[in-house]
Amino acid sequence: MINQHKSSTKEHIKLEYQAILDLIPYGSTVLDLGCGGGELLSLLVEKKGAEGRGIEINEQAIYKCVSRGLSVSHQDIDAGLSEYGDKSFDYVILNQSLQQVINLGLVLGESMRVGRKVIVGFPNFAYYKARLQIFISGKTPVTPSLPYMWYDTPNLHFLSISDFIEYCREKNLNIEKTVFLDKNRRVRLFPNLFAQVGIFLLSNRGASQK
Amino acid sequence: MTLQSKGVGIVETEYFTFAHPPDELALESGERLGPVTLAYETYGALNSEKSNAVLVLHALSGDAHAAGFHAGDSSAGWWDSMIGPGKAFDTEKYFVICSNVIGGCKGSTGPSSLNPKTEKPYGLDFPLITVKDMTNAQAHLIRHLGIEKLLCVTGGSMGGMQALQWVVSFPDRVRSAIPIATTAKHSPQQIAFNEVGRQAIMADPDWNEGDYYNGVPPDRGLAVARMIGHITYMSDASMAEKFGRRVKDEKQTVKFTPNFEVEGYLQYRGNHFVKRFDANSYLYITKALDRFDQANRLDKALRPAKDTKFLIIAFKSDWLYPAYQSKEIVKACKLANLDVTYCEINSTYGHDAFLIEIEEQEHLIKHFLGRVFGD
Repeated sequence: MINQHKSSTKEHIKLEYQAILDLIPYGSTVLDLGCGGGELLSLLVEKKGAEGRGIEINEQAIYKCVSRGLSVSHQDIDAGLSEYGDKSFDYVILNQSLQQVINLGLVLGESMRVGRKVIVGFPNFAYYKARLQIFISGKTPVTPSLPYMWYDTPNLHFLSISDFIEYCREKNLNIEKTVFLDKNRRVRLFPNLFAQVGIFLLSNRGASQK
Repeated sequence: MTLQSKGVGIVETEYFTFAHPPDELALESGERLGPVTLAYETYGALNSEKSNAVLVLHALSGDAHAAGFHAGDSSAGWWDSMIGPGKAFDTEKYFVICSNVIGGCKGSTGPSSLNPKTEKPYGLDFPLITVKDMTNAQAHLIRHLGIEKLLCVTGGSMGGMQALQWVVSFPDRVRSAIPIATTAKHSPQQIAFNEVGRQAIMADPDWNEGDYYNGVPPDRGLAVARMIGHITYMSDASMAEKFGRRVKDEKQTVKFTPNFEVEGYLQYRGNHFVKRFDANSYLYITKALDRFDQANRLDKALRPAKDTKFLIIAFKSDWLYPAYQSKEIVKACKLANLDVTYCEINSTYGHDAFLIEIEEQEHLIKHFLGRVFGD
């Protein structure tokens, strides 16, 4: 059976999409890795005049994308992106998908190769409410940005904003911009404590800035 | 849902003859063939801009009769569930053409046709043909129908190979392509199955080096070829579901008569097939498929088709044309910077799924074609 569109997503998700839209100039070419039902991708096409492409592993999500008029591939990004040449896209987006891949290093490395810039968005495991749940009740945290029970989660990597900053430093990835979000506002102070979501705009160090 | 039950009604096969000597069709082999007749059917109406034509291409044993009913027939065309008012290829919006192939035996020029030079059936005097020759012949038909640019070329299996060839041969004449359950080149496994089929035909003494049109045709050989084909079109799961280990008749009077249902089914399919298909055509067409090879730098071959949009569909349980072969086409499209959508439909029906999994294909094709058509 082909599912119809799910009703609108939560408020802070919209904020997350808006934050990503704000990072991308009009008319860019964009590859959305793990594009789901194509909500963000269709916003990019409509509002930012983007030439958008998506890759998604879930068959039902592909049907949603196609009914939105998007060009998407039913594939596993964990297998790499060998079908794209270097710098084929202005932007590669890994929104809420990097923490779900098996070969994180490969996927991020391939994204940096295929895109001039890469946008990564992920749930912050060090959000204070998550810390409190671990500290006080001694249980794996369940938060709005990490809504899954430990036994039923698509997430494979549990990382914090500080973890990712350190990872980028180690991999020599240039962090051009960051956006940190709580449920319905931007977080500017102590993001690793107060942000539920971290969004990073990355470029290769030494890559020409444009 | 009421639209779903509506079909295109009673249809008739039409014939277009061209390439009369001395203007014969130049074949890839260097030989020339003429005159050439192509059987075809059309459904729906061509719009005044001639921008809504969809060319449907059939599989190995298919024919021009893709939809509707021939007068007096009880069974519909081979893709009737996909072509008609409100269906995937909506005949209220699109003008759908289904063309037969040269080399075939369903109304188009093939080895069973009369050779004008000898006034006898060609038999093995028929030249070897290729998928490219098939599409070259179809291009004459499309021009004859007054269509400069097709909205879409589509087909499953061999039909998908023709669709791919259409884009490569005529990049400016195709706005979109939907190759389904297909490949850019046959794998050794696919060639192997075809070779067993060909050997079965040629091992039948009635084959007589292809010269049997005045005698008994090699029905036993062709039936075995078809039985092998049918095994490869299904999957382990679909056979288990369809037949299990059920037996038709517990007490066997003669040793080795078929008693499992699957045996009876294959025999029925084989015996049914020989009534409607020519053994030499089977040899020529399977050979054309085996020799088809667009995989070498397909991305380069697709580059001139920069405005052609692709929807590529594969099926999870299809082990004859596995999804990795479709993914190779997807990869070539991406390397050529084409607009491509790919979906691997979760089906247990094996290669036959392109004839069976209607809902998913309809969803994908309707939206994709609507986007290309611009509505």
